[in-house]
Amino acid sequence: MKTFPEGGVHPHENKLTAGSEIKYLSLPSGVAIPVSQHIGTPASVVVSKDDKVKAGQVIAESKGFVSSNIHSSVSGKVTKIDTIADTTGYKQTAVFIEVEGDEWIETIDRSNKIIAEIKLSSEEIIKKCLESGIVGLGGATFPSHVKLTIPYGKRCNLLIINGVECEPYLTSDHRLMMERGEEILIGVSCLMKALRVDKAMIGIESNKPDAVAHLTNLAQAFPGLEVFALKVKYPQGAEKQLIKALTDREVPSGRLPIDINTVVHNVGTAFAVYEAVQKNKPLFERVVTITGKSLANPGNYFVRIGTPIKNLIEAAGGLPDDTGKIISGGPMMGKALINTDVPVVKGTSGIILFPANESKRQESMPCIRCAKCVQACPMNLEPYLLMTLSEMGLFEKAEKERITDCMECGSCSFICPAGRSLLDYIRLGKSTVIKMARERVVK
Amino acid sequence: MSITVLITIISLSLLAILAAVILYFIAQKFKVVEDPRIDEVQEALPAANCGGCGFAGCRNFAEALVKAETFEGLNCPVGGASVMEDVARILGKEAPEVDLLVAVLLCNGTPEFRPHTTKYDGVPDCRIAHSLYAGETDCSYGCLGYDDCVRACTFDAMYMNDETGLPVVIDDKCVACGACVKACPRNLLELRKKAKKDRKIYVACSNCDKGGPARRACKVACIACNKCVKVCKFDAITIENNLAYIDASKCTLCRKCVEECPTGSILELNFPPRKTKVEEAAEAKTV
Repeated sequence: MKTFPEGGVHPHENKLTAGSEIKYLSLPSGVAIPVSQHIGTPASVVVSKDDKVKAGQVIAESKGFVSSNIHSSVSGKVTKIDTIADTTGYKQTAVFIEVEGDEWIETIDRSNKIIAEIKLSSEEIIKKCLESGIVGLGGATFPSHVKLTIPYGKRCNLLIINGVECEPYLTSDHRLMMERGEEILIGVSCLMKALRVDKAMIGIESNKPDAVAHLTNLAQAFPGLEVFALKVKYPQGAEKQLIKALTDREVPSGRLPIDINTVVHNVGTAFAVYEAVQKNKPLFERVVTITGKSLANPGNYFVRIGTPIKNLIEAAGGLPDDTGKIISGGPMMGKALINTDVPVVKGTSGIILFPANESKRQESMPCIRCAKCVQACPMNLEPYLLMTLSEMGLFEKAEKERITDCMECGSCSFICPAGRSLLDYIRLGKSTVIKMARERVVK
Repeated sequence: MSITVLITIISLSLLAILAAVILYFIAQKFKVVEDPRIDEVQEALPAANCGGCGFAGCRNFAEALVKAETFEGLNCPVGGASVMEDVARILGKEAPEVDLLVAVLLCNGTPEFRPHTTKYDGVPDCRIAHSLYAGETDCSYGCLGYDDCVRACTFDAMYMNDETGLPVVIDDKCVACGACVKACPRNLLELRKKAKKDRKIYVACSNCDKGGPARRACKVACIACNKCVKVCKFDAITIENNLAYIDASKCTLCRKCVEECPTGSILELNFPPRKTKVEEAAEAKTV
């Protein structure tokens, strides 16, 4: 079985919800939809207080190329346009809507019928992705239409679909592949058509044998589409690692997958593309895993964007008393939330409730020079060195040591026997170096 | 034997003389002519190499001083007026009058006023905590309290107050080098004009949220109510981004705004205690 060669770690999988079917979360009484749910320029609000909106209606328009439309996820009345604390605790603009009924805009096809025939042309599919606010649902939320628009002078000959879901606990992609397999493959065909490629590879880790078998079976009806089982290793779901595992192509330092003629999309994104292109449904709903060892009913839910996370926790049996941390995203790369009023956004793949005894950080001890972090780094960096350089403020040196290649997967911090906060310092160094580089460009 | 020694001595001496001649001419040819005044000026500077003047060290600053036509924009905050006068004497120029500055913290969010809502167990470093999340309280603008500024201070002019969790500036030791200002990721330190007896009046808040959320996060937050602007007779107070700012160059330290502020976000420091109404009345009678 294939996997990427350098580094990687094996955290406990804890996929508690792998067998729970995706349910629809009941509509909340109100939603708060942030205008910046993607990487790039925040969208600008186009509705005002007391406006009536329907689900699927644009409430904030994209600003610039790397930006994305934001749609209302419910029908009802706009109560206010105010700020709300996002996953980081910093406030950002959001549209608050009071829910009344569940009316969708007329153009959306709400039937369950699967439409296989793709009528739109390549350009129309890209335009549809832009209009429907499709962003990468793997977690990075990069606007999809940007990835589908091949820059001048570059070409693409391979589409890779990421069904790896290497983060422990999360099962939203897994369940989606099991329950919406055919839709995903049609979505992949749409993406292939948009990119004008005739070959697509779907990578799934072998800890999901049912999903591998299911999609392999379905893929027979789709020419050019092939499913691959991959050996389990974190962070295989990272773009560059997945490309290396599947094709043995390596993205050079500081470059993008398109530089080696490849584009990667997530299975969740493929499903969203299917809904947008074939069903006219903008991205206002996504699958979220709600899980945790002490949680009464962990599960997977279709959640409207903007729903407060407390509603999701309520549906899963309420907040356990021993909760120490609530993480949005996976346990390796996710963020601890400051409260449960934070809304679900396009990038929320899961909510994990950690008991207090598991959520504490290890005490940081001096480095024992075991080089485990060097072994674990999938990008071939030297985390212990990068940490020291950032700690001492030697950012020029850190830049030479390719600190910007770090994708913040956290393997180094995970493996460190001395419990050192490697990633925290590397992140600090990385952001400083990026800032320095930007200032140089300006000069 | 003796001839061998003699030849050795003579040949080596000749080589040495030759080398000396060559070195002499090379030294003449590549001589670096440096203004002798640079050394003199450097002597006069405090040799703290703190970077407070904006240059890498005292030597660079001395070079800049010698080169400069006027002293405008050049000031050694550590040495202050006396050092600048010395430098001016050496260079035969006039030292401009420069305001003495002192660092103040634009946050008064003690646990009493600003309750903690989350707990941070990561690296105790403000820059890292700031990049990760909004902080342990609901105020995403206020002091994080992981003492980056205290560590940056090379003059021992700051310490952490364990009770309040906020850094404290020791006015007598602060030389306004600006190291703490640069170290703070939230720009909470400001160099303000020093007044006599170290008296200070300033808005100890940096929260740019609207009144409601700001007040909910911290009891002593500035809510931009405009009351201080109205009461100030000297146009020293402006409000921008939901935050009042007192211009130290216009402020006359009359303390009217402090009385007016409904949240108590304007601090008055090092003033004698105010007279109560009764005392004032008594004084009026005796007069």
